Amino acid sequence: MLAIYLNVVVQGVLTGLLYGLMALGLSAIFGVVRVVNFAHGEFAVVAMYAAFVLFRVYGIDPMWAMLPIAVAFFVIGYALQHTVIDAFVGRPDHEQFILLVGLAIVITNGLLLVFGPDAQPANLPYAFDSVMVGPLIIDEVRVYAAVAALAVCAALFAFFRFTRTGTAIRACADNLVGAAVVGLNVRRLYALTFGLGLACVGAAGALMITIADAVPSLGPAYTLLAFTIVIVGGLGSMTGALVGGLLIGVSEALAGFLVAPSMKSMFSFALLIAVLVLRPQGLLGKKPA
Amino acid sequence: MTALLVVEGVGKRFRGLTAVDRVSFTLAAGEIFAVIGPNGAGKTTLFNMIAGVLKPNDGAISFCGERIDGLTPDAVCRRGIGRTFQIVRPFPGLSVEDNVLIGALLHRKDMAAARRCARDVLGRLDLYDKRGVQAASLTLPDRKRLELARALATDPKLLLLDEVMAGLRPTETDRMVEILKTLNRETGVSILLIEHVMRAVMALAGHMLVLHHGAPIASGKPEEVVRDPAVITSYLGQETVI
Amino acid sequence: MKALWGEMNGRGRVVLAVAVLLLLLAPTVATRYLVSVLTLIFYFVYVGQAWNLMMGYAGQLSLGHALYVGVGGYVSAALWVHFGIGPWLGVFPAVLLAASFGAAIGWLGFRFGIEGVYFALLTIAFAEFTRIGFDHIDVVGGAGGLFIPYEEARLGEWWNLRGGQLFFYYLAFGLAAIAVLVTALLARSRLGYQWRAVREDEAAARALGIDAFRAKMKAILISSAMTAVGGVFYAFYYNSLFPAQMFEMSRSIELILGPIVGGLGTVFGPVIGAFLLTPLGEILIGVTEALGINAPGAKAVFFGLTLMVIIYLVPTGVWPWLSKTLGLTGRRS
Repeated sequence: MLAIYLNVVVQGVLTGLLYGLMALGLSAIFGVVRVVNFAHGEFAVVAMYAAFVLFRVYGIDPMWAMLPIAVAFFVIGYALQHTVIDAFVGRPDHEQFILLVGLAIVITNGLLLVFGPDAQPANLPYAFDSVMVGPLIIDEVRVYAAVAALAVCAALFAFFRFTRTGTAIRACADNLVGAAVVGLNVRRLYALTFGLGLACVGAAGALMITIADAVPSLGPAYTLLAFTIVIVGGLGSMTGALVGGLLIGVSEALAGFLVAPSMKSMFSFALLIAVLVLRPQGLLGKKPA
Repeated sequence: MTALLVVEGVGKRFRGLTAVDRVSFTLAAGEIFAVIGPNGAGKTTLFNMIAGVLKPNDGAISFCGERIDGLTPDAVCRRGIGRTFQIVRPFPGLSVEDNVLIGALLHRKDMAAARRCARDVLGRLDLYDKRGVQAASLTLPDRKRLELARALATDPKLLLLDEVMAGLRPTETDRMVEILKTLNRETGVSILLIEHVMRAVMALAGHMLVLHHGAPIASGKPEEVVRDPAVITSYLGQETVI
Repeated sequence: MKALWGEMNGRGRVVLAVAVLLLLLAPTVATRYLVSVLTLIFYFVYVGQAWNLMMGYAGQLSLGHALYVGVGGYVSAALWVHFGIGPWLGVFPAVLLAASFGAAIGWLGFRFGIEGVYFALLTIAFAEFTRIGFDHIDVVGGAGGLFIPYEEARLGEWWNLRGGQLFFYYLAFGLAAIAVLVTALLARSRLGYQWRAVREDEAAARALGIDAFRAKMKAILISSAMTAVGGVFYAFYYNSLFPAQMFEMSRSIELILGPIVGGLGTVFGPVIGAFLLTPLGEILIGVTEALGINAPGAKAVFFGLTLMVIIYLVPTGVWPWLSKTLGLTGRRS
């Protein structure tokens, strides 16, 4: 009996890492650029379709396809911030919201036009392989995807911690005026951050195709999921995004198993409400001064 | 003279750091009272405790014989204390008149009466001609006067003015001093000032209190206080300011 | 009426009077299709105005207003289907329940200082939570939906909202007109100014004696109650309710686009917004069909692009710009 629960939890943890990677992108964008990316989940779904096409047409494994997709998403993010979104930095929430919701509508329905409304499974050859670890039966794909997600997260952490540019971006997030005063090119750093944020979601989406079918309507659901994770984990905390992802992944897996799969996100929202009320800065977020 | 505001042994600590340390003073009805002191002396913290923004750790604050420490800012205002902010914060998207109207609506249910009051106050503060302008587009001196106007429109018995002279040119300072004097004389409103501009303090205040590191080091009539050796070394500096 | 009149100058009043007259007479000449489009526009004016009170005036961003539409619709429809209680009576419990949801969200959000985007997420979370919940409530049909049966014999029972297209046209027109009037009145009231103060700067508002918590609670209560009435209309106009349709975030977004595009915190912004966006959607359907792009989604792609362009070009909304250009408001000397 315990083994079943353990299996469910491990399943949740592995999925949660993918969620965490997706949320990490959102957290970075919101934490630094202060723009609410309401098209975040939609970008994840675009990445899913990209990985789907690369696999189906060219036979490229999503684990590898993740790299070019992330790079492409970085370029898209950089360009998007540089051309359109930059004008909205510092403007009221609802204006940013309309801009990005407009973008989200365009993306979701663009996908609908190109791929149709039906779910598209990638059908990986090793999709049903599993490994036995003691009493646990673990899907191999999930392990690969989780490891890849962790690797991307680690790379991002290292970038922010150890590179000059990463430090400069953190400075922008901490003290915008100060950053501008010491001569940092804030506009460029914002574009970089948005690019990196989208690279995260691109990688996460590409990996997501290994465990979920691509459907255009997933976009809004993933956007909400990413927001839930970021708020639960704590805005501006990169570790928080990962922890939030794990927490939501596990709670969804348990709720799906114990109650009903269709009710699993109800528990995520309940968790979100509880966190907002009891600890608005999120589990790992810093208390506002 | 009856006491309007009584501050008794009020203290405030932030995580072990004592910002205000057992400060006591009494402000009589109709009086202009100044609190001075170097930056970080705890003046604004003291102000915020009176205005209800912060709750004191010890001591008591009474206004018109009623305890007001620990009340919310809006409750404090409804009891008759109006305030300005050190960094001005008018409602940027609203017109000058609507800014003041919102203050006037506190004790007036009738729109027309509130609007008359707002225009009257604007007239007193040389802002009548700018009443249709958006507050965001005002110059700093105008914004300072707008804040004062807004607070005045709530019919306060006591005005808390947090550095209303800061950033003003000497002529503008003189004008502000004149406005405050006239207000005090004509409406009988009491004023509690936090101020750095000694010229204004000397011209206005009947009593003053000097804070240093959160503790009171001198109080009394301005002429006496500025000669106090402790005040000179800790705040005014060696050369005489006046 | 006086409050509404005061919004405009002479020219504006003429335009308004002519527009109202035209709309009142429209069904005599308009096609059935056009009448249905206008009905939909009025509906969006109504719910948009309800949202505008809370966001445009009190500055509280709700992205979960579909919750109140859904609760209002479901309660009134369920009472009618299961107990034969007509909507003229059912509207009261419907409004009461929706307002309780509003009160709960407001209390949690405002008491604990949850603001801006965080508050918006709280409203989304509640709406989504309720959506999934309704999927599992069997009394109201669960995910399969709740249907109000069509009964020939009951046609003409206008007090039970059983009528034809023409009846719903005038009902929607009435609701929209009331919403505009209520907004005009509130905008000029004491509460309206308290809301603006809280929207502009909450700390400064409190320093002027305004109980910000109470002002915000009043905003969400009025807004949620008004929106719930829109839900009752919706339920009896369309006769079918699905949780996925009623509570989804896209429904919340749909009803707030009008006020934002038209101009937040203005009396006529939501009106202009609805009159722009609803026909735009219809025209896009027509154009894409004419072009032979029959795929689902084509219309929405253009719709999304239009939104982005509008918010890029006129971020404060179309109405402030329009009224200035046409000289409908303000004094001209």
